[in-house]
Amino acid sequence: MSALNIKRGSTSHSAYDLRDHNTTVIESHTLAVIVENEPGVLARVIGLFSGRGYNIDSLTVAEVDHTGHRSRITIVTSGTPAVIDQIEAQLGRIVSVYEVHDLTAEGPAVQRELALFKVAGKGDARIEALRLAEIFRANVVDSTLESFIFEMTGTPEKIDAFAELMRPLGLREIARTGVAALSRGA
Amino acid sequence: MTKQMSGARMVVQALKDQGVEVVFGYPGGAVLPIYDEIFQQNDIRHILVRHEQGAVHMAEGYARSTGKPGVVLVTSGPGATNAVTGLVDALMDSIPLVVLTGQVPTFMIGTDGFQEADTVGITRPCTKHNWLVKDTAKLSETIHQAFHVATTGRPGPVLIDIPKDVQFATADYTPREKTKVAHYQPRTKGDPEAILRLVEMMETAERPVLYTGGGVINAGPQASRLLRELTAATDFPITSTLMGLGAYPASGKNWLGMLGMHGLYEANLAMHGCDLMINIGARFDDRITGRVKDFSPHSRKAHIDIDPSSINKVIRVDVPILGDVGEVLADVLRVWKERGSKVNKAGLTKWWKQINEWRAVNCLDFKNSDKVIKPQHALQRLEALTKGMDRYITTEVGQHQMWAAQFLGFEDPNRWMTSGGLGTMGYGLPASIGVQVAHPDALVINVAGEASWLMNMQEMGTAMQFRAPVKQFILNNERLGMVRQWQELLHGERYSHSWSESLPDFVKLAEAFGCKGIKCSDPKDLDDAIMDMIRYDGPVIFDCLVEKHENCFPMIPSGKPHNEMLLGEADTQGVIGAKGAVLV
Repeated sequence: MSALNIKRGSTSHSAYDLRDHNTTVIESHTLAVIVENEPGVLARVIGLFSGRGYNIDSLTVAEVDHTGHRSRITIVTSGTPAVIDQIEAQLGRIVSVYEVHDLTAEGPAVQRELALFKVAGKGDARIEALRLAEIFRANVVDSTLESFIFEMTGTPEKIDAFAELMRPLGLREIARTGVAALSRGA
Repeated sequence: MTKQMSGARMVVQALKDQGVEVVFGYPGGAVLPIYDEIFQQNDIRHILVRHEQGAVHMAEGYARSTGKPGVVLVTSGPGATNAVTGLVDALMDSIPLVVLTGQVPTFMIGTDGFQEADTVGITRPCTKHNWLVKDTAKLSETIHQAFHVATTGRPGPVLIDIPKDVQFATADYTPREKTKVAHYQPRTKGDPEAILRLVEMMETAERPVLYTGGGVINAGPQASRLLRELTAATDFPITSTLMGLGAYPASGKNWLGMLGMHGLYEANLAMHGCDLMINIGARFDDRITGRVKDFSPHSRKAHIDIDPSSINKVIRVDVPILGDVGEVLADVLRVWKERGSKVNKAGLTKWWKQINEWRAVNCLDFKNSDKVIKPQHALQRLEALTKGMDRYITTEVGQHQMWAAQFLGFEDPNRWMTSGGLGTMGYGLPASIGVQVAHPDALVINVAGEASWLMNMQEMGTAMQFRAPVKQFILNNERLGMVRQWQELLHGERYSHSWSESLPDFVKLAEAFGCKGIKCSDPKDLDDAIMDMIRYDGPVIFDCLVEKHENCFPMIPSGKPHNEMLLGEADTQGVIGAKGAVLV
């Protein structure tokens, strides 16, 4: 990070607008949406994306505050800067949405995803799979004589990389949770 | 102090507490308990419609002409689905509505019960917000919240789905004062820094233009007063979208007329040539911008809007100001005066000289006839004969709507009700009834085309039953005029299904409903016929037979910028390319 801590891009809170809004470059952004935990709220959010033609690359949702009835929806989306701004504004005006944060624009954020991999094989392939799992710090959560299930937490890129390595070694199935993310710092 | 009561009684009580005087509705199995409560009281008037779509448009007319939310009550299933078009219409035009729908009992939801539909699912993208209330204890609070959401921020329609068992069960009533208003509190005060930037730009601009929209009307009469003050004080030219007509008086000296696809030459060229555009409560709709790439290429733009998603959605602006139009205008005026009420006088003088040259083109000119009634002429006469009266105008959708916007003058806000965003044919007749219910002694005229009018003509029954003396001024060209115009310009004059055969005899139709029918086809009889219509104490269906092939000009063809406007028939040869034809 530079000493000035000028954020990548900018937000409504920032005095600097460093983005070129006319660019057609597609960027990937992670949005955290804090919503009232009520029936239909997820449908409102995803309906907005499909109705207005925005992309959803990944989506996770769960209640995060039981007494306050708040859920957190983490959405990874992609679009030009103008589209990302519009998504943020459209989300913000849904009545059951409390807060919208563009974690990608607001500064460094930690992103994690959990994945389960079922890998079947015998002999050298099986040993190689186990060795690679160790390197990637994946845990074995189920084992038979002919298969493993690995559990791994990491960035989506790390999970992609591990999946690529497992493919020739007998990868049968993957289950991924989608990205959960928090901004860094207090 | 809380009181125990049934859910059905709660509905009526909550409406009373919200000051509701009229409900537009249609009964059915799933709302019978509420209708039973309505029967047993006299504070709230119920207008029985003939179709639920009519109920929603009436509520829109009521809301648009009073500034108060319109209320609708319909049953489950088909009652709710019939209301959908009206909901989207209100959503697009930011009209505050509270729509109550009945639902099958909670224990039957999901079983495909009789007249069951997933109403909240269907109407989720058609409303600003909606609720399914499964617990009577939450019903009254939800209704109070609904009124808050419908009328706060950018107004819009909300819907509450109430299962029948929730209407029968009893619980404590939560009064309006004790309701926890949702966290929903949009910001109304504009950012002082942005306001200062706008004022600085106003002080130096050589070619400014005020571009106003429906947001000014929604912000209340105070916003219109401030807009007039600002315009008079700065001497800036002012134009408006279809939805904003009346916020600035048509007789005002700075008025350029409506802008957009069928807007006036001077208004569109001022938008194209300005160096400062101040958008006040409008949203850069595609009917306004034409080709976005070439939209007002040399101007800096400011945009005042209460909805953050309207800002930078279509056109990127230099100074966005998020807030209520009324509050922001008050601040702009205050700051501008504090800094000495400066404008660029020399620039403005030159700019007005240019604008007056454009005005001299007289873009609304048309070839009149003494044999056949020209639609423009009919509206000119209607305007002349009703000017100064306590008059409200609604319209259907199509050529007649654009001519009405061009040829009728609106001196005050809330006097012009039209379906702008959604373009809903069949809007005008029910809307006129809603307006008349709110203003029983006023002259309410629906300027219609015969095709649109037929879409909701059953509502004449409502007008008769509730003695709403609405005047249906139908410009009858026996064509779907706007469709025909596009087919002429874009589809090689192949008039596919754009004419109406077997039209009813409108005079006999009027007699069948029990109201007055007038037919007029000779320009010489027009004035007397219009006066007959105005003087008649009751609803009138006026069948005005007009020129069948008249086109609506000026016109900015789709895919063209403002400075490539068509002024008349002579301009129309081969103007719209294949790219433009894709756009609507």
